[in-house]
Amino acid sequence: MAVYLARKGALTCALLASTALAAQAEDVEVLHWWTSGGEAAALNVLKDDLQGKGIGWVDMPVAGGGGEAAMTALRARVTAGNPPTAVQMLGFDIVDWAQEGVLGNLDEVATAENWGEVVPDALQAFSKHEDHWIAAPVNVHSTNWVWINKAALDAAGGKAPETWDELIAVLDQMKANGIVPLGHGGQPWQDATIFDALVLAEGTDFYKAAFIDLDPETLGGERMAAAFDRLIVLRGYVDDNFSGRDWNLASAMVINGEAGMQMMGDWAKGEFLKAGKVPGQDFVCIRFPGTQGAVTFNSDQFVMFDVQGEGKKQAQAQMASAIMSPTFQSAFNVVKGSVPARTDVPDADFDDCGKKGMADLAEANTNGTLLGSMAHGHANPAAVKNAIYDVVTGAMNGEYGDGASAAQALADAVAGAQ
Amino acid sequence: MPTPVQADLRTRLQDWLPRLVLAPSFATTLLFVYGFILFTLLLSFTGSRMLPNWTFVGFDNYQRLFGLQHWQIALKNIAIFASLYIAICTALGLLLAIFLDQKIRGEGVLRPIYLYPMALSFIVTGTAWKWFLDPGIGLERVMHLWGWESFTFTWIKSNTMAIYCIVIAAVWQSSGFVMAMFLAGLRGIDNEVLKAAQIDGASNWQLYRRIVIPLLRPAFLSAFVILAHLAIKSYDLVIALTGGGPGRSTEMPATFMYSYTFTRNQMGVGAASAVIMLMTIAAIMVPYLYAELKEKK
Amino acid sequence: MSAVTQDTAVSTGRVARAFIYLLLILFALFYLLPLYVMGVNSLKPLQEITGGNMMALPATWTLEPWRAAWSSAQIGVQPTGLKPYFINSILMVVPAVAISTVLGALNGYILTKWRFRGDTIVYGLMLFSCFIPFQIVLIPMAVVLGKLGLAGTVPGLILVHVVYGLGFTTLYFRNYYAAFPTELVRAAMMDGAGFFRIFWRILLPVSGPIAVVSIIWQFTNIWNDFLFGVSFGGTSQPMTAALNNLVQSSTGVKEYNVHFAAAILAALPTLVVYVVAGRYFVRGLMAGSVKG
Repeated sequence: MAVYLARKGALTCALLASTALAAQAEDVEVLHWWTSGGEAAALNVLKDDLQGKGIGWVDMPVAGGGGEAAMTALRARVTAGNPPTAVQMLGFDIVDWAQEGVLGNLDEVATAENWGEVVPDALQAFSKHEDHWIAAPVNVHSTNWVWINKAALDAAGGKAPETWDELIAVLDQMKANGIVPLGHGGQPWQDATIFDALVLAEGTDFYKAAFIDLDPETLGGERMAAAFDRLIVLRGYVDDNFSGRDWNLASAMVINGEAGMQMMGDWAKGEFLKAGKVPGQDFVCIRFPGTQGAVTFNSDQFVMFDVQGEGKKQAQAQMASAIMSPTFQSAFNVVKGSVPARTDVPDADFDDCGKKGMADLAEANTNGTLLGSMAHGHANPAAVKNAIYDVVTGAMNGEYGDGASAAQALADAVAGAQ
Repeated sequence: MPTPVQADLRTRLQDWLPRLVLAPSFATTLLFVYGFILFTLLLSFTGSRMLPNWTFVGFDNYQRLFGLQHWQIALKNIAIFASLYIAICTALGLLLAIFLDQKIRGEGVLRPIYLYPMALSFIVTGTAWKWFLDPGIGLERVMHLWGWESFTFTWIKSNTMAIYCIVIAAVWQSSGFVMAMFLAGLRGIDNEVLKAAQIDGASNWQLYRRIVIPLLRPAFLSAFVILAHLAIKSYDLVIALTGGGPGRSTEMPATFMYSYTFTRNQMGVGAASAVIMLMTIAAIMVPYLYAELKEKK
Repeated sequence: MSAVTQDTAVSTGRVARAFIYLLLILFALFYLLPLYVMGVNSLKPLQEITGGNMMALPATWTLEPWRAAWSSAQIGVQPTGLKPYFINSILMVVPAVAISTVLGALNGYILTKWRFRGDTIVYGLMLFSCFIPFQIVLIPMAVVLGKLGLAGTVPGLILVHVVYGLGFTTLYFRNYYAAFPTELVRAAMMDGAGFFRIFWRILLPVSGPIAVVSIIWQFTNIWNDFLFGVSFGGTSQPMTAALNNLVQSSTGVKEYNVHFAAAILAALPTLVVYVVAGRYFVRGLMAGSVKG
């Protein structure tokens, strides 16, 4: 009888506790475009974590075009005065939204948890607006990677290229061996990803002057013309069937040995791992030749909108705190192929490429060579980025005769978009 | 027996009732269509970027719009697309309708087959055609597997030919609907007229050219209007099939407007392109509506 | 031959008929091809698609992709399949189609049988609304829905679809009722029948064919809409939004067989409507819109 009463008591307590929580905390509504298997599974970790704290997760996934469809839906929601709690966002989109004055404030939880100490400065530039925290960064992807099929590399001399000339030599050899040297998908952002690396290979100062400061002289100058010439050269190593191909299909070509290498961000690693390939053994990951020591990054962040009501604000703060917890950062990024957005997360659970990524990130962070990626909206606002896309994609598709005219078009396009 | 006063009230109510019933529909149309067009017009004279912002900048956006090579490409593409799409859909729809009208056995099976693509959404149409036209997995590969090694079909990957792939998919989707409209028109023609002409010794060809096709004028007009507005609005299919590529070679005004308004944060320029589109639609539609409605009076 | 030519004024020879049949069948194949490709590939295991011939029949037949698409495919963070979104779509489509059709019928009735000064202008203005590109109304619509407190709700979505469907339904019913003898309506008025009574007793009973056209048109358009659904649907996203999330997913292995099964599932209601009501569709068009 005593046992029964005790059990009943415990049950009542539990019930009371849960209803109390439910009354106090609210749901978070999350707009994102992580709809595919691995990413969604990683996000599920966060969802379960929050549900353990009595916070419900209202999912609002909108896939397509690297978040373009999601941003349109968001605009409608904000204009209607009905913003979601948190929105997955990249780079300058965050800045643009912050300037509209519709975001919330995370200072309280950020100060309590000391985010300022552990988040790299280059990331803070996006997570903070006018010195207030507005977003919680989830990960850091670095984009200047080359993924090489090991067998194809061995057949082409076996040495991973470190300079432009070595790269061309390897590509030529792969061509002679009868495979597609460069696996690539012809979509504007993929073309721009390669171009990012080509410009970075001209030096970090040059990259900064061109893509971050948008200096017209640099954009239309000779070195930019040289970078475009190299892009046109690389186009010669891509098969004719590349247009519109998804990046993961290009990765698959490298995995199957149909293609020799792919120039793509670290998310490509997930494809190799899923296919049961082992880093160092089946495939090799190197920095784009000439860019070792520098990192172009993009960082997915959950931007917190200005929601009404104390309960909602609290749920929002709890969500931000859960995102920033080292355990979630580690768990999520192991799955996603990126590296944590804070520098104090142990690298024990990461593979070789992941460990190299974390070390490179820390090094670039200290040396000040951690730069926002143009291709992924971390160097300049969307209007400028898309104007650059236009020219880069045009060059990739043979719209310009040579690098010099492409560079001139680039300077004009950027001036027109500002 | 109602008193005269009551009767008067009733008739007056009866007089007003139709207008009262119509009023909500008309009012919502005024607000949600014409109000919004006005809104877009005003927006096109502002420096709006991310969200509407009411600082006026005069004709800047229009100047900028016509300075963009991107917009020129879009205009050229819509000209190619719309003329081919309307011409092929009309010709094919008419041909199929005339053939189906020849007391065809199995018409009940064929008609829904021709008609069903109209029922599908762009995601479905786009996914299917993208696959089919892709040289790596689609038609070209099938031909190779079937032993025709030299067969090449790479239009969708080509800067100059990709726009024709959009025409193919669009014709596939709407020609059946045009067929149904012509078929309905043909079934409405009085057989006696045709028989009389036949007695006069007209051949089949003359019969159609001289009598049937002129009688189908209303169907031609309806088909033209529906096709023209589908062509100008065509957004979904382009996005699903090519995403505007390769490069920018299949960009259309509707995709241009969407990307400038929503992804490039240049809402002012986007609004200006929308106004140009609306003016084009009005230039086609207003004479048609005017003629159509005046006739009926 | 005489039996064939009896009902039609146009006579055709044996060779010509063979040619016509051949052409009709060829075109039927052209129209069926994409559906065939989707259907066949939705019944194959994934490795058979990536390695094989898209036109070939499955070597191993499987219904697994269909089951996955319906109830277990990953959409967002939940592996729910399309099932819950299907219900969202139904909840939105049925009222929107019903309301816009009823209003269209009433409008058509008024514009033809209760004419007043300026009615053609009213009609012309409503008709032009059919041609507005939906992308431009997105932002102002969001403002209005926000003000009305309907943003992100099913009633809000229904309102949007009714507003932009009215032009079409009014067009259909007006053209149809224009051909209906006005004398009958006059006579009923003389007998003292009121506005609604005439509509209910005289016009509605003969409206079957055009109602079918209007319903098919509205049902297809609303069911297939993506832009409004994803922008104003809030948490009750329609089927098209879910399908988009499924086929557009940016990373990971693309499960083409599941995508195709999902695409067919999403199209099934409109396909059924077209196949079942297709014959009435032509009949309705004949009676209505193309007579102009």
